[in-house]
Amino acid sequence: MTMTDAATPANTVLGKRRLRKEDPALLTGEAKYTNDLNIPGALHLAVLRSPYAHARILSVDVSAALAMPGVVAAYSGADLVPLWAGPMPCAWPVTADMKNPAHSPLAVAKAAYVGDGVACVLATSDAAARDALEAIDVAYEPLPAVVDLEDALSDRVVIHDELGTNKSYTWDLKCEGAEGQVDRAFAEAAYTVSEHYVHQRLIPMAMEPRAVAAVPQPFGGDITLYSSTQVPHILKVMTAITLGIPEHQLRVVAPTVGGGFGAKLNVYAEELLCTALARKHKVPVRWNEERTENTQATIHGRAQRQHIELAADADGKLTAVRVRLLADMGAYLQLVTPGIPILGAFLYAGVYDLPVAYDFSCTSVFTTLTPTDAYRGAGRPEATYAIERAMDALASKIGIDPLELRKRNFIRKEQFPYLAFSGLTYDSGDHELAADKACELADYTGLRARQQAQNVEGATKRLGIGISSYFEMCGLAPSRVLASLNYSAGGWEAATVRVLPTNKIQVVTGTAPHGQGHETAWSMIVAEKMGVDPDDVDVLHSDTAIAPLGLDTYGSRSLPVGGVAVAMACDKVIDKAKKIAAHQLEANEDDLEFVAGSFSVKGSPDKAMPLAAIAFEAFTAHNLPDGLEPNLEAQVTYDPPNFSWPFGTHICVVEVDTETGDVEVLTYVAVDDCGNQVNPLIVDGQVHGGVVQGLAQALYEEAVFDEDGQPKATNLAEYLVPAASDVPSITLGHTITPSPTNPLGVKGIGEAGTIGAAPAVINAIVDALSGLGVTDMPMPASPQTVWKTIQSAQGAMK
Amino acid sequence: MQIRVTVNGTVHDSDVEPRTLLVHYVREVLGLTGTNIGCDTSSCGACSLHLNGEAVKSCTVLAVQADGAEITTIEGMAAADGTMHPMQQAFMENHALQCGYCTPGMVMAATSLLKENPNPSEEEVRIGLEGNLCRCTGYHNIVQAVLAAAGGE
Ligand code: FES
Ligand code: FES
Repeated sequence: MTMTDAATPANTVLGKRRLRKEDPALLTGEAKYTNDLNIPGALHLAVLRSPYAHARILSVDVSAALAMPGVVAAYSGADLVPLWAGPMPCAWPVTADMKNPAHSPLAVAKAAYVGDGVACVLATSDAAARDALEAIDVAYEPLPAVVDLEDALSDRVVIHDELGTNKSYTWDLKCEGAEGQVDRAFAEAAYTVSEHYVHQRLIPMAMEPRAVAAVPQPFGGDITLYSSTQVPHILKVMTAITLGIPEHQLRVVAPTVGGGFGAKLNVYAEELLCTALARKHKVPVRWNEERTENTQATIHGRAQRQHIELAADADGKLTAVRVRLLADMGAYLQLVTPGIPILGAFLYAGVYDLPVAYDFSCTSVFTTLTPTDAYRGAGRPEATYAIERAMDALASKIGIDPLELRKRNFIRKEQFPYLAFSGLTYDSGDHELAADKACELADYTGLRARQQAQNVEGATKRLGIGISSYFEMCGLAPSRVLASLNYSAGGWEAATVRVLPTNKIQVVTGTAPHGQGHETAWSMIVAEKMGVDPDDVDVLHSDTAIAPLGLDTYGSRSLPVGGVAVAMACDKVIDKAKKIAAHQLEANEDDLEFVAGSFSVKGSPDKAMPLAAIAFEAFTAHNLPDGLEPNLEAQVTYDPPNFSWPFGTHICVVEVDTETGDVEVLTYVAVDDCGNQVNPLIVDGQVHGGVVQGLAQALYEEAVFDEDGQPKATNLAEYLVPAASDVPSITLGHTITPSPTNPLGVKGIGEAGTIGAAPAVINAIVDALSGLGVTDMPMPASPQTVWKTIQSAQGAMK
Repeated sequence: MQIRVTVNGTVHDSDVEPRTLLVHYVREVLGLTGTNIGCDTSSCGACSLHLNGEAVKSCTVLAVQADGAEITTIEGMAAADGTMHPMQQAFMENHALQCGYCTPGMVMAATSLLKENPNPSEEEVRIGLEGNLCRCTGYHNIVQAVLAAAGGE
């Protein structure tokens, strides 16, 4: 593979650790999150939420609330129906016959989960609005909750009467080289495994809860919607459609955003309520989410049941994979809810060289729980968990080391670009190298020896080693591929690069960072390309009036799509600058070279013109080539030809106390390959955070509900987001295999850590306990769960 | 009720309702929005500030309880000439923040931690910051930053 420009040692900025320009504002309290905005005269919205998981709304009486101090208005769901031009948006109808229930910002006839909004209040303060909620009288007819997925599928209780069923859709992906190949492979296999896994429901829990403020200009006709969102551009289109607002009169701004993890990739009821009510009342309306609301009214993630079967030949080489999923949509379809399991559908063969023998089917059902949607990794952690756990099960069946089984099955580096069973092409990879590096960092051989010595008969502190090798299909995405998956939007990204008269550079990006450091990273790309200092570059984003074109930040897309667009816009600017330089230097364009921010005539370096001079010439327009427009600016809209395919191997080492069920993570090694790195500092940070989120799923977190659909984890005291003392330090390694797909050779890194981590941790725990008859461990592996699992495995052995 | 507090060196006389929390007082009355709110169960530490030199979760303190106190918020950490506090500097140099939402609280808790224990081990830093949650960084770099700040002092 040829190294791209960005990887050549000539780089002066790219690939170097560089501190973030975002930090001083964040570190000093100067940065403004949505809830920090000072908006004079704003009314505060508060939403009354259903205390029942499933109930008919018989009547709503807001009269007593209206009499409360500070209250300006109060509404039931029915009162607001005239404000909605369309339903709450779902942009991903995965099949033509997918069932999608009526969904309004406030429920009208039925509440379908605890937290579903049923009425609202506008008051002069947040406290007054919340106090008044208690005075609203709602008569409910409670109905039975639907919590279990099999129960949902049985249609014992149909949640949405108009659908007549709880099943939303079944989506299949069957890929066979020859008809019947999957069945034949299983019939002829030397080894098969058939495993069932549960991906518990998770709460994304960005540290900044959501917040919204809608500020109308009643006479000018425009309205500005501030929201703690990852997707200001998508939110603008969807709000315009849902509320019937002419799109050009709507501006959406995402101020500083305190984390998203997919949970802010949505269009939420409160965004629509604030906007609609601000227009109706002709005053600003704001809302801020309390943490308890956040656990109920912001989407949840995962929530799948998986059945995976592997067929392998006598050498352990995979010959077929069969997957059946049952996925929990929750009560309604939010923005991309139905697409989440589908994003994983292509990855259940992991990083392995599988013949065209793949049979995937996902059935998705409604429950009376908070809607699910994208949570860091979105479908891909689920897929990776299933295949990586099943590979361990297969290794143990064959009786070989799980590392050895993986190595026998890895797609080899010379097979890239690799045309997969699914028809997708994996861009580049070297799985063996990443695995070897991880093993070296963890001292895999030494660990196995130590384990043998430690896990003797009767040992109560048992050592376990877990491996997980992953692919992250990310960088969403080629628009045509999205079209084939029925997604209602494209996957391009836009960038503008503008050289100001004084040679400072403005970049306008359509990505919407919320912690990822795009201002720093995009500045570095521009600095490398244009030969300027990164501090002379300003990156503008997250305001549709400033950056009107964009598709925002999710799916590890920002760098491989948005960052690449920035690089391409630089090239366009350089092309134009070259024309001006050629004109003024009276040279042929082909004779010019651009080095370190200056054009010079090849061979006569004293005949040169720096970008700074060209920028000013472009501005005055006194002496430009005929027909060339003034100013130095270029815009690019880039539609990636492929996903990007980062990969890596994680190794987790645990010690399990069989008497208490306590799991201690001793070592965590993550070797990730995201192609060329723009800023290794940021890459490492993304992996650290991602790993801990995956580890948290494995060990701590679960959105628990009782059989009545009542949430048992409603705040940060009950939902165990790990603290510093709950997690280990992480040893990182990287390999660099540039992507051939884009000129920077980059891949995404936002979700990789989360994708790799959960199976590594659970594989380690199962490995520690394998001598005790334990073959699986449910997540989260709390001490109680671990202890119980050991007990029942021991019982079964007796 | 009438209270007098010194916040970041400036004396404020304010009339507050008895139920007003200190976090709401600094954010809404004084406009110091650097102190964040991340929960309603005093679990996250995003609201940490210094009350008479010690880190407290300002969502657990009533404004009236702070009457007569010296308060430092994140806005008061940098020197008058704009130089960041060594802990802020260490956070920047170690990439100990991503979205920044937990950061003011982390910085306040971490400085308080080092005041109590100027040379903590990694373990002690992790335990000392137990009351402050971060969803972005996985804590690795936060711990490194605090250790670096300790080493530099
Ligand atoms: S807001 Fe004070 S601890 Fe969470
Ligand atoms: S940096 Fe985002 S929560 Fe800590």
